[in-house]
Amino acid sequence: MGVQKVDVAVVGTGPGGYVAAIRCAQLGLTVAAVEDDRPGGVCLNWGCIPTKALLRNAEVVGLFQRAEEFGITAGPWEADYAHAIQRSRRVADRMAKGVDFLFRKNKITLVPGVGSLKARNVVEVKGAGGIETVEAKSVILATGSEPRSIPGVAIDEKRVISSNGAVRSESRPASLAVVGAGAVGMEFSDVYSAYGTRVTVLEALPRALPLEDEEVSTLMARLFGRRDITVRTGVKVQKVTPGSDGVLVEIEAEGKAERIEVEQVLMAVGRAARLRGLGLEALGVVTDRGFVTVSPTMETSVPGIYAVGDMAGRQLLAHKASAEGVVAAEAIAGRAPRPVDYGNVPSCTYCRPQVASIGLSEAKAAGGGRQVAVGKFPFTANGKAVALGDTEGFLKIVADKGTGEILGVHIVGAEATEIIHEFAVGRTLEATLEEFMHTIHAHPTLSEAALEATLAALGHAIHI
Amino acid sequence: MITKVLMPKLSEAMETGKVIQWLKNEGDAVKDGDAIAEIETDKANVEIEAFGSGVLRKIVAGPGAQTPVGELIGVIADPSEDIAGALASGGSVAAAAGEGQGPAPDAPAGPAAASPLPAAETYTSTPATTDVVPVSPAPAPEDSQPLAEAPAAPAAAGRIKASPLAKKIAAQSGVDLRLVQGSGPGGRIVRRDVEGATAAGPGAAAPGAAPTRPTFSIPPRAEAEFEDVALTPMRAVIAKRLPQSKGPVPHFYVTSEVAMDRAATLRADLNALEGSAKVSFTDMIVKACALALLRYPRVNASFQGQSIRVHHRAHIGIAVALDDGLITPVLRDCDAKPLLQIAREVRDLAERARAGRLRAPEISGATFSISNLGMFDVEEFSAIINPPEGGILAVGSILEKPVVVDGALAVGHRMKLTISCDHRVTDGAYAARFLQDAKRLLEEPLRLLV
Repeated sequence: MGVQKVDVAVVGTGPGGYVAAIRCAQLGLTVAAVEDDRPGGVCLNWGCIPTKALLRNAEVVGLFQRAEEFGITAGPWEADYAHAIQRSRRVADRMAKGVDFLFRKNKITLVPGVGSLKARNVVEVKGAGGIETVEAKSVILATGSEPRSIPGVAIDEKRVISSNGAVRSESRPASLAVVGAGAVGMEFSDVYSAYGTRVTVLEALPRALPLEDEEVSTLMARLFGRRDITVRTGVKVQKVTPGSDGVLVEIEAEGKAERIEVEQVLMAVGRAARLRGLGLEALGVVTDRGFVTVSPTMETSVPGIYAVGDMAGRQLLAHKASAEGVVAAEAIAGRAPRPVDYGNVPSCTYCRPQVASIGLSEAKAAGGGRQVAVGKFPFTANGKAVALGDTEGFLKIVADKGTGEILGVHIVGAEATEIIHEFAVGRTLEATLEEFMHTIHAHPTLSEAALEATLAALGHAIHI
Repeated sequence: MITKVLMPKLSEAMETGKVIQWLKNEGDAVKDGDAIAEIETDKANVEIEAFGSGVLRKIVAGPGAQTPVGELIGVIADPSEDIAGALASGGSVAAAAGEGQGPAPDAPAGPAAASPLPAAETYTSTPATTDVVPVSPAPAPEDSQPLAEAPAAPAAAGRIKASPLAKKIAAQSGVDLRLVQGSGPGGRIVRRDVEGATAAGPGAAAPGAAPTRPTFSIPPRAEAEFEDVALTPMRAVIAKRLPQSKGPVPHFYVTSEVAMDRAATLRADLNALEGSAKVSFTDMIVKACALALLRYPRVNASFQGQSIRVHHRAHIGIAVALDDGLITPVLRDCDAKPLLQIAREVRDLAERARAGRLRAPEISGATFSISNLGMFDVEEFSAIINPPEGGILAVGSILEKPVVVDGALAVGHRMKLTISCDHRVTDGAYAARFLQDAKRLLEEPLRLLV
């Protein structure tokens, strides 16, 4: 049993923890990082990164299916799902090694094992080789989150799987019910369906991607429908009964009971913070509805203990976690960091077509009597999109009528998740419609839709 | 780089300020952010910070000198730089732009003339401002800024670092950006700076403390029949500002009585904890209001003429009584801060308010205010809203009263809360629901901790 003394102990090395650790090291602090899995957390190993690899596979399969449209005769071809999973593992491995490298470069000590707080400045780590103790002046907690289920349904990762099981399994069911039409549900539906699984998406709320703008939800449900993915909204899942060769899902839709039989069920109803066993209660760390309460500088109710990422609530997104990690590190180092602007966090879903948004939906922006100007441009009128053969979707800007402030932007379409950042930067700089209007956008690009939607909001779009 | 240190405009009504003392001497090295001087404004004494690094080359306004807002009071520059130009050009208002203009024309009497109080229906206030305005050695001519709607703005100035949105809002609300302190990167003026509310407000009083019995004596009869007392700067501001609120802002009032027995028990328990910050009833009321404001944001809103700004942060102004007047330091993000942190910060703000050591950003930007006269045996009272805020909560004493509990008479501790709201942004039933929530939070005070 050893004792290490450092300036900062970071518990969890996902995109919140590892970024916080590196930023601390950059600011001259000594850092120990505790990890019970592999460096990189869920994001690099089991979430964002491997699923993006799988979605790329799905996209390639989609192009093969459309080969004729491009005048290409492909002959007999096969899409091997096991291979897609293997490829996604290689991608994840490479990214996780990258974190290892960055830790070595920044002289961050990796302490493998499960960390828990014994005092406000003591982290005990239970590892394979025994117990280690890390004494730190400050502690940054970044233990992330794990998939949730619905009451009465256990995730066994065989019949009822979560994203954790889905990214690991090299086999794919012939039929799948996806519970939850958020980003995770929509992305896995896309992948499985591309490889031939019959997918039914069941969403309790009235629309798919319920956190997005209504127009986005409506279009995505329609586009998925066209690809034979059944998206059912306003559906209550009452009971899930795993059997020997399938799962019986009992639902209630429009007041009527129904039964759906599928080979597997994927639970994608959200994630819960991983707080158990951390020793928070004994130290009096305040939590609210399952997430740790933090100050604008990410400090918990106990001075010297910080929490970042999913466990600190708000948007459960890797990039939000990283931003919080930087704020926590700088606060510890005595810099006065600029707090995270939670109203300006881009939200991205990487299914086909992609969905990206920032700021308020049209309905929210117009709520409270504000006068808004809305500009919308369809990709069918965008030259690059037509040339790509990806004309589905639109770019919509919601602005304040009086000042031209960009209140929200909603994109459905190819590379939507890349286009959104123009608006993230613009909003950070407090640019208004006028500045976007005066910014020359290269032709032909998908980003031209941003310019056109701006002009539409100002009432003089050129190309529609 | 030459940085001119200008008399900051710390409130809407401030026209002149007095340097109490310089914290640096001529020739001292100064870092960006160092406190360099103490200024007595119409409301409070504040420290001003250097906005650039170098050496304090020249003190223009010595201690005791009344200086109009925006006028040059000192110059920071590198030791080798020629500061004659900066000294000649005076305040930023008169800072001549570009070459070939010859000697700068005389500065207008004071820039305050250029920023009149807002018209009756526009309460978008002039923000608290420039600790110090930076000016580059050869300021570029101002490019076409949308200042058309601010006709009183004098022409020509150094380049103003401001976001496009900040410029638009300033233009629409008649705010003079040259008098605004930027809080963005590198001192850039961003939206919140323009929107920042003016300092201090009506209502009154200080947080905390149980009622005590001061010694009671009647003063002897004076010789003179009456005397005329000169207005202190603070009294003058109060006299000027309050008709701007009570006149145009249609106030309405809602009162509710809160059982404080459990809050008192919890407070006693918290204060018995070793080493933790001592919690006052004011702190608990601040937290309860912050949480209730999240549920009823229309009470946390500002009327803006064409729209209503609904705030999603509870920046709460806490009125602190001073010997002659009051000041309202602002505790930011009360909705996100744990109670003990609020307790620590309120205590610190109140102490520094009484000592006249608040910093400029700490007296502006409130979205809602609380005035507690509980320590003066006040059953209830109504406070005057401090525009552009849309509400203020007046807190009375916690009094022992006969109450009916489960059908039997008992002794209870009761406190009356009266909210004043701007009827242009919200209505009675809504305010009543807010009050109901605040009451519930105080009656189930564990909610303030979770």
